[in-house]
Amino acid sequence: MDLVKLQRQWVDYRASLYKEGFLDEQFTQLQELQDENNPDFVVEVVSLFFEDSERLLNELTTALEQQSIDFKRVDAHVHQLKGSSSSIGAQRVQTSCIAFRNYCEEQNVEGCLTCLQQVRLEYSLVKTKLEYMFQLEQQILSAGGSSPM
Amino acid sequence: MGGGGGGGDSSEDTAVELGDEPHVLAVDDNLIDRKLVEKLLKNSSCKVTTAENALRALDYLGLGNETLEGTVSKVNLIITDYCMPGMTGYELLKKIKESSVLKEVPVVIMSSENIPTRISQCLEEGAKMFMLKPLKQSDVKQLKWHLMKCRN
Repeated sequence: MDLVKLQRQWVDYRASLYKEGFLDEQFTQLQELQDENNPDFVVEVVSLFFEDSERLLNELTTALEQQSIDFKRVDAHVHQLKGSSSSIGAQRVQTSCIAFRNYCEEQNVEGCLTCLQQVRLEYSLVKTKLEYMFQLEQQILSAGGSSPM
Repeated sequence: MGGGGGGGDSSEDTAVELGDEPHVLAVDDNLIDRKLVEKLLKNSSCKVTTAENALRALDYLGLGNETLEGTVSKVNLIITDYCMPGMTGYELLKKIKESSVLKEVPVVIMSSENIPTRISQCLEEGAKMFMLKPLKQSDVKQLKWHLMKCRN
């Protein structure tokens, strides 16, 4: 595929992520922090986010499987996930964490389990989309273009 | 290095010498937030040390139990998250203000939650500023401007 087409595809894809609410302006902040000295900053931070989120989701699953659920612990994990998703601009993940925290406060197990499912879903959606966007970026670089980020 | 230069902008600003990078200690238990604040500060020409909790921060500042002789570093600013497990950012602020050695170091508190009582509590305890997360470039630029004014 030619370079111009790839670049257009990247721009359109990125725009759709914002339009559909997967990303918000905080992601733009991340992009603005990337420069020649740190050409992989966005990918690095997002990769950290993926690792950290997966760890937290596993912790949440375990915590909610316990006979006697420690809601404070569950809330602490959700708070972390809400914070990091907010910091990278993963808006839908962040929003799904808000509802989750409310159920933690109410000590509502069913509510928490439903929210966990929702957060997992939103997380895997944004992960897939960001990975695709990074793939497009790689293709642009391979075709001789400079980073569109 | 990214970001603008040090004191080259304003001629009447004598608080910072040319080429003088402020050293900031950033405390946050969230890995992604630590990386972000570090980059934001570096982009504003600051030297950055990060700590993942208040106890580690205290050790670094020379107020902890684990501080070794001769390893105390000078910092010009401390920026800390409010919500941290164990000792909170507020408790860390209090410890710093209680220290005769460190009480003059400006402390900034960050939080993802906009709670007026929390904000006034921190400011009353001596925090220089309270910043809402997620942090942006403009927040850090404003912060650095304040910092430059304080350095005399």
